Amino acid sequence: MKALWITLTFIVFALLLGIPVVRIAGGAWDDGWSGFAAGLSRPEAVHALMMTGLIVVIVTAVNALFGVMLALYLVRAKWLGTQLKRIMNSIVDLPFAVSPVIGGLMIVLLLGPDTALGSLLNKAGVPIVYALPGMVIATLFVTFPLIVREVMPVLQEIGDQQEEAAHLLGAYAWTTFWRVTWPSIRWSVVYGVVLTVARTLGEFGAVLVVSGNIINKTQTATTLVYEDVENFNLTAANAVALVLAACSIGLLLFMEWAKSRKAS
Amino acid sequence: MHVEVRGLNKKFGDFQAVRDVEFAIGKGQLIGLLGPSGGGKTSILRMLAGLEKPDSGDILFHGRRVNDLPPQERGIGFVFQNYALFKHMTVADNIAFGLQVKKWPKPKIKERIAELVELTGLAGFEKRFPHQLSGGQRQRVAFARALAPEPQLLLLDEPFAAIDAKIRHELRSWLREMIDRLGITSIFVTHDQDEAIEVADEIMIISKGKVEQKGTPWEIYKNPQTPFVASFIGESTVIEDIASLKGFEAAASWPGTKGLIRPEYIEVGKENEFILLSATEAGRVSHVHFRGSEWLVEVQVGEIKLVTYRSLEKKVLQPGEEVRVLVHRAYLFNDNDNWVMENKLKEDPLPVHI
Ligand SMILES: Nc1ncnc2c1ncn2[C@@H]1O[C@H](COP(=O)(O)OP(=O)(O)O)[C@@H](O)[C@H]1O
Ligand SMILES: [Mg+2]
Repeated sequence: MKALWITLTFIVFALLLGIPVVRIAGGAWDDGWSGFAAGLSRPEAVHALMMTGLIVVIVTAVNALFGVMLALYLVRAKWLGTQLKRIMNSIVDLPFAVSPVIGGLMIVLLLGPDTALGSLLNKAGVPIVYALPGMVIATLFVTFPLIVREVMPVLQEIGDQQEEAAHLLGAYAWTTFWRVTWPSIRWSVVYGVVLTVARTLGEFGAVLVVSGNIINKTQTATTLVYEDVENFNLTAANAVALVLAACSIGLLLFMEWAKSRKAS
Repeated sequence: MHVEVRGLNKKFGDFQAVRDVEFAIGKGQLIGLLGPSGGGKTSILRMLAGLEKPDSGDILFHGRRVNDLPPQERGIGFVFQNYALFKHMTVADNIAFGLQVKKWPKPKIKERIAELVELTGLAGFEKRFPHQLSGGQRQRVAFARALAPEPQLLLLDEPFAAIDAKIRHELRSWLREMIDRLGITSIFVTHDQDEAIEVADEIMIISKGKVEQKGTPWEIYKNPQTPFVASFIGESTVIEDIASLKGFEAAASWPGTKGLIRPEYIEVGKENEFILLSATEAGRVSHVHFRGSEWLVEVQVGEIKLVTYRSLEKKVLQPGEEVRVLVHRAYLFNDNDNWVMENKLKEDPLPVHI
């Protein structure tokens, strides 16, 4: 019975995940190595992959920093009222509940070139919407809960007594964090970071709305795949998609490893 | 370190956890904070340590107000109830933490670790992690870690609560010895009166956020100043109608007065075991229980049920047996006052003058 279920699960996963990957891989090699290489070496493909890489780096860095900070505040800060904490806690979950497209739309509505704030920033030389900052903000919005939600339960579980013990031994906040808190949460942070990278690599809806999908300017890997498919340029689409899929598999393996470290 | 606390108050929300607490502790003393769970003992300790901010009141170390000093600057060693060891650090690293933070030179840190490992009997365990130690060993690590930076005041929150009864006894005497040797002022919290009586120089009884009484264990036992202390320390039975007992008729002149009687205030036996038979009451044994080193005897005297102990050397009493009961003294209390009353009939009514 158990064997049957395991087999069944396996088959479902193979159908859902395996076959598409194989098809993408196959599609990318339709015209052999040259087709794959050509699809990837197009200037717009190189630019889109660079763009995605840049967004991944910025978003992951910002998210790791602020995610850990917010988790610490939400769990530890005594000066934040319980009520305020509860509200902030639900706000953190907002991106889970809101569709990324709507998230992107909110950014356009708030910071678009037609809004007061947007035009002001535009004049100051920092365009938000249809530019990198907007895409970063949109991706941040989508991925923000991932690290916070990984770290908060661990902080709750370890409690604050080890930190208090460190204070009484003379350690101030910074030392206490790095020597006492961080070793306990680092694998959760790593796990959250992996999730963030994966989500950022694959983010489509919010970025599409905010970026305007301008070729060689605000196009990312996912929006390029979308455009290639629209233009029936399937080999090129498969080539880019295969790179993304390879990253995902790499991340998945890394994630498993991080999870085992987190558990120990 | 000389520690003084004045008018200390702490509220959590609407709940008054600590109420007008005042005390002073001399240098080198070992003080036990004793009281029921939820009484505010941990809260007092945490305020002394600076982990909790008092709503009002002053905390003075060596006569200097330290309310605004952060925990890092108070020079206090704290042993948490569940030890709060750094779980990803070895025993040696746990002990070294406070010294590294204070930037002690490496060779001195090494020396100090060796010293403390020796003192706490942890030699050979330096490389272990907390989860590889027994409860008693963890407690010693917590103790060593707290002592490492040479604090002037040591606070221990229920240090033995999580340790099984047998080792607890050993650890108690070990702690007492250790603190005597180091001469460090110490305050420890417990809800176990045996522990407090055995270990502490002085006990403070804490209940509902207030200090009910402070004194040596013997003073508190002999002269409890509130009914709460009287009933909390030792075993006791409260008697509503104390004036109905022989020798305590005088209690009737204070209406509303109740009596509290401890097992050791009572003697029970056959008629021939008493010299002053006139001072005794007639009673009937209702239960006897063997308590290892003595009998626990329950006797019914009229409407009143009393509990006492009886030596194994004496004749064994049987349930239902008629006996004589002598109540030596009772602790009387009413809403305004409390005092100890001796059995009036114990003074020989017909003294023989030579
Ligand atoms: N941080 C806190 N928030 C709310 N209530 C608290 C807090 N700390 C303690 N209390 C309450 O204060 C009372 C005294 O607690 P505590 O000092 O821990 O007592 P004890 O150590 O004597 O058992 C308890 O009723 C407890 O619930
Ligand atoms: Mg407590």
